[in-house]
Amino acid sequence: MTTPAPITTQFDLAEKFPGTVSADARPGYAGWIVAPEKLTEVAIFIRDELGYDLLSSVTGVDYLAEGLMEIVYHVYKTSGGPALVFKAQLPRLDPVKVASLTPVWLGAELQEREIWDLYGIHFENHPDLRRILMWEGFDGHPMRKDWKEAFYDDEVKPFKSRWPEGKHAFAEDRSPFGDNVSFEAGFDPEKWTATDPEEALYATLKKYKTVVKDGIATDHILVNMGPQHPSTHGVFRAVVMLDGENVVSLKPVMGYLHRNHEKIGERNTFLQNMPYTDRLDYFNSMSNNWPYAMAVEKMMGIQVTERAEYIRVIMAELSRIQNHMILIGMLMNDLGAYFTPALYAFEERELILDIFEAASGSRMMCNYHRFGGVVRDVPAEALQKLKDLVFERLPGKIDEFDRLLSENEIFVSRLKGIGYLSPEDAIRTSMTGPMLRASGIPYDIRRADPYSVYDRFDFNVAVRYNGDLYDRYLIRIDEMRESIKILEQALRQMPEGPVMSVKPTYQVKVPAGEAYGRIESPKGELGFYVVSNGKPNPYRYHVRAPSFINLTSLEMTCVNEKIADFVAILGAVDIVLGELDR
Amino acid sequence: MDTYGKGIFKGLMVTAKHFFDSYLDDIKWWGKRYYTPEGLAHRSSKDAKGIFTVQYPEEKVPVPEEFRYIPFLVYDESETGEKTIRCTSCGICAKACPPQCIWIVRGSDPNTGRPVPQPAEFTIDADICMNCGFCAEYCPFDAIKMDHDYEIASYGRNLLNKEALMKPAKYYAEIRPLNNAREEAARAEKAATKAAKA
Amino acid sequence: MTPNELNSPGYDIPDDMKNVVAITTLDKIYNFGRRSSVWPLMFGLACCAIEMIAAQASRYDLARFGMEVMRPSPRQSDLMLVAGTVTKKMLPAIVRLYNQMPEPKYVIAMGACASGGGPFKEGYNVVAGIDKYLPVDVYIPGCPPTPQALVYGLIKLQEKIDGQSLKQVRWYQKGADSVEVPIPMLGPDLIDPRRIPEIKTKAAELAAAATIPNAE
Repeated sequence: MTTPAPITTQFDLAEKFPGTVSADARPGYAGWIVAPEKLTEVAIFIRDELGYDLLSSVTGVDYLAEGLMEIVYHVYKTSGGPALVFKAQLPRLDPVKVASLTPVWLGAELQEREIWDLYGIHFENHPDLRRILMWEGFDGHPMRKDWKEAFYDDEVKPFKSRWPEGKHAFAEDRSPFGDNVSFEAGFDPEKWTATDPEEALYATLKKYKTVVKDGIATDHILVNMGPQHPSTHGVFRAVVMLDGENVVSLKPVMGYLHRNHEKIGERNTFLQNMPYTDRLDYFNSMSNNWPYAMAVEKMMGIQVTERAEYIRVIMAELSRIQNHMILIGMLMNDLGAYFTPALYAFEERELILDIFEAASGSRMMCNYHRFGGVVRDVPAEALQKLKDLVFERLPGKIDEFDRLLSENEIFVSRLKGIGYLSPEDAIRTSMTGPMLRASGIPYDIRRADPYSVYDRFDFNVAVRYNGDLYDRYLIRIDEMRESIKILEQALRQMPEGPVMSVKPTYQVKVPAGEAYGRIESPKGELGFYVVSNGKPNPYRYHVRAPSFINLTSLEMTCVNEKIADFVAILGAVDIVLGELDR
Repeated sequence: MDTYGKGIFKGLMVTAKHFFDSYLDDIKWWGKRYYTPEGLAHRSSKDAKGIFTVQYPEEKVPVPEEFRYIPFLVYDESETGEKTIRCTSCGICAKACPPQCIWIVRGSDPNTGRPVPQPAEFTIDADICMNCGFCAEYCPFDAIKMDHDYEIASYGRNLLNKEALMKPAKYYAEIRPLNNAREEAARAEKAATKAAKA
Repeated sequence: MTPNELNSPGYDIPDDMKNVVAITTLDKIYNFGRRSSVWPLMFGLACCAIEMIAAQASRYDLARFGMEVMRPSPRQSDLMLVAGTVTKKMLPAIVRLYNQMPEPKYVIAMGACASGGGPFKEGYNVVAGIDKYLPVDVYIPGCPPTPQALVYGLIKLQEKIDGQSLKQVRWYQKGADSVEVPIPMLGPDLIDPRRIPEIKTKAAELAAAATIPNAE
């Protein structure tokens, strides 16, 4: 494995800001610790003077024993290179407060809301600080280390109640309320009055106002799309304010599939998180495993065998192809070309899934990566089928998609010029993946900060310059073609050899420290921020989900468009709810 | 763009090709395209064209050897029909299980009360199980394996006890011949070294 | 059901009438009609929804069972396939959808999450099985069930429909036309309106238990 350069900067921030910034000296940690009161000042310097324009990930960590809450920022340059990491440490008092960085990087908006929701850290000057994953009125901030869920069994897994005296009992029977709910002592549901949970949400939209146009009083309409809507790709909801057909204001509402990945992830052992990562972006479990394995491998300091690296690349690129095909098919569904392109896409997807199933044992939830390699080699028969597909079938099928759709006049007129996102806005709102590249920024982690063996392949970073829906569609076709190129080279170069560099074990020893692993997933930058304190379980397990952060620009791209185009704009962002809500 | 409709026409040619392909393939594979293993293999190969449908339940897509569904416990059957479960209740599967859906009560000798290497109770809540396969992967005794049987929909919840989980070693050898051969060779080798030492 | 089965009502048919007339019971023909046109609600929650779509798509093609008409509106559907993890935040919407479906209606819990909470059962925002709120007809284990496992579950549902009788089904009985499930509320945690007294007593008990050590 070509290890990415260690997270350091050439620039010594501590020298520039004496007394405000200091290097993080904890063993296994890196980056800078910034005094919270100077956070904005330092952030502006990092953005404007040092050129770190892309805020990738913001997350909180609750150091309960030290009495600290920490916020960790990862920023990158869109011209490439490793991350600059800076942190703000806040005393764990009530309320925990810090300045919001949303005015500096708009991409922090949703992530800071998530931290407020899950950690209860109050961001001052945040434009819209409401709960995001849980509902308004929920009791507590669940990711805090001292918050316990109703089905709490044990601090960490494996639970002692399972073995050796593992008499089966339903979790419901153990919980005092007989279900997965908990209320504080003395709570009286009869006296509790329901407050409208939507009130705060509607207040953030542009106000209703009656305008007189041509002598007719026209009012704005509020429309709720979702959570049960055929075009929201799951349980996503958007609240839209309309002026006639035009979108005036829009807010995404999420959390309808919030499955508590991170809370469960901190109870799990390191290996136990692997199958859970499958269920994030359930179209691409093969590429979900990867950044997590990468982060843990970084901390463990182990290498991945050559053959395993190639297998990882092959599987990730195959998933990219099937993901983009389905995306195009589903986008057509949303536009009304009901099912033909989707059915064609599903045929190719089934053939690719057959290979995944033969290699990993499951069609969708592959659970294929292990720390140090992959669980098993690709069976010879499946490898042959894979070669057949890559060399003989898929290139033709991609061309067929191109012929079927790219020049279709109806389709082009529905997409061209719709949902424009300027390159500046795309960077400001932390877009990654095809969304960013369709706006003319050639930022692809496979090139910008190469991981694994990607530096050995000859491929182009697909980039388009118009920033509209049509380009977002075309870039998917381009990317599939580039993926085929990578696959062909990888299959030719793939060496023989073992697929695991260490002895397989279910208990791994991970030294204390932190690591951030990231890959260019089909949807954008998928990153895992993992903190270990030397115990068998991660102390912090955070997912930087591209589907989630790519929604920051949703309102921007939808305003002044027609409501009918909203479904297409959303479809082209390529969200998957499992990853969006986690 | 020169003529409006050219792009639509181009697209229609693709759908028309798919339409005719289904008939051409039917003729080419006359009588063998459906309900035969080679027809099914053809329909899921790189040459698949035309109707892609598998006529489940009359024909089924064959599952690969590594396919995993719900776990089961392997037992060996002696000539007298006595069933001995391979599980020694070491608890590794319960420890490795990510959603913690395995419950094991370690067996004990009724006379002495000492623990014996046999599970007294073994429960898997199939409504929690995430089919990840870790239990089978890390079991040192080849005692718990992932099943191929996916036709298990029922009218009630699926809480599986030891009796429901037990399946013969013969069945295991049938669904996973390569794995079984490999494991048997490893066990034979282990037994040989043990015998050599003794 | 083959035409032959449909044609065996359990009565003796005179030999000369065999293969000339078709005799069946009203139940059988009614069930045959319903089982062959089960329209599912177009409604996916999580990972399982993708396998549901895969079962709809070219390879497994639910049209062979008369189930290809996925309706986005609950008013037009017979079957709710709960495909994925049910979260507390989503539950009120699901119960509302169920209440809006006309009788006869069926519920399939697809996958571990919908059946009993699944791998995310321990999570703070997860409902441990949809059967706590809605009557479930068929449970399909698996995470996720493969499309073939789903189709098998649907065949099981058809078998269940076959076994029903016009005289006994609840939607032809006296009384309310349809069962309404009270809609859960999102308070400090999920409140099931049917269990309010229970919650009240439990919370009071907890409060009493908490005051005793303080008094010491």
